[in-house]
Amino acid sequence: MVNRVITGAHYGMRDWLAQRITAVIMAAYSLIVVVVVTLNSPLKYEGWKALFSQGAMRVATLIFALSLAWHAWVGVRDILMDYIKLDGLRLALQVLTLLLIASYVGWTIQVLWR
Amino acid sequence: MSSASAKKLRPKYLSLPALLFEIRLPLPGWISILHRISGALLVFPFAAWLLYLLDSSLASEAGFERIRTHYLQLPLVKLGLLVFIWAYCHHFCAGVRFLLLDLNRGIELRQARFSSFIVLFVSLALTAYFGAKLW
Repeated sequence: MVNRVITGAHYGMRDWLAQRITAVIMAAYSLIVVVVVTLNSPLKYEGWKALFSQGAMRVATLIFALSLAWHAWVGVRDILMDYIKLDGLRLALQVLTLLLIASYVGWTIQVLWR
Repeated sequence: MSSASAKKLRPKYLSLPALLFEIRLPLPGWISILHRISGALLVFPFAAWLLYLLDSSLASEAGFERIRTHYLQLPLVKLGLLVFIWAYCHHFCAGVRFLLLDLNRGIELRQARFSSFIVLFVSLALTAYFGAKLW
C-alpha cells in the first residue's frame, strides 16, 4: 500500500469540534443554574437539596461534568504541548491530568447519586 | 544554503524582562492568554474546590449551614471565590467571542479589538456584580 493517506485521521478536527460543542453545553447549563439559583434565593438547604434530587438536574449536571472532562482534557493537553518540551515530563503531566479529570467525574457521580 | 541558514542559531529576545516589559500584547492577545490562564485555573484548583463545596453543602443540613455561615465568610475563601468568579466569567465571555470568530463574526481588526474590550469589561463587571452579591 503506497497510497496510504497520512493525514486525515481527523484527531485535530474531532478535538476542535468537541471543544466547541462541550463549550456550548456548559454555557447553557451555567446560564440555567444561575437563573434557577437567582429565582430561588435566598437559598435554603431544602431547596438546594430538592434541586439536585430531580432526575433532570442530576442528568444535566452529569452531562456538564462529562463536557467539562472532555473540554478540560483538550485544553490542558494543548497547554502542555505548548510549554512542556521534555517528552517524559509532558507524558507524566498528561497522565496526571487524565487521572485528575477522571476523579472529578467519579466524585461528581458520587455527589449526585448518594 | 537553506540548510546552513536553518542550522544558524538565531537570537531569541525572550528574556524575562523582555516578556514583562518590552513585548506588548495587543488587546485580543491579552484576551487569549487570559482565556488560557483562567482555563488552567478552572481545571485546577477551582473544579476540585467547587466539587468540595457541592459535596459538603448537599451532604447534610449541618454541612450546608457550615459552608454558608462559616466557611464562605472567611476572607481568604471570599477572595478565592472572587478569583473563581472572574476566571469563570472571563473564560465564558472570551469563549463566546472565540465561537463567534469561528463563525467569521467580527474578524475585522476594529471589531476584533472592540469585542476584546467588551469581553474584558463585561467579565469584570459580572465579577463585580456577583462579588457584591457574595459580600
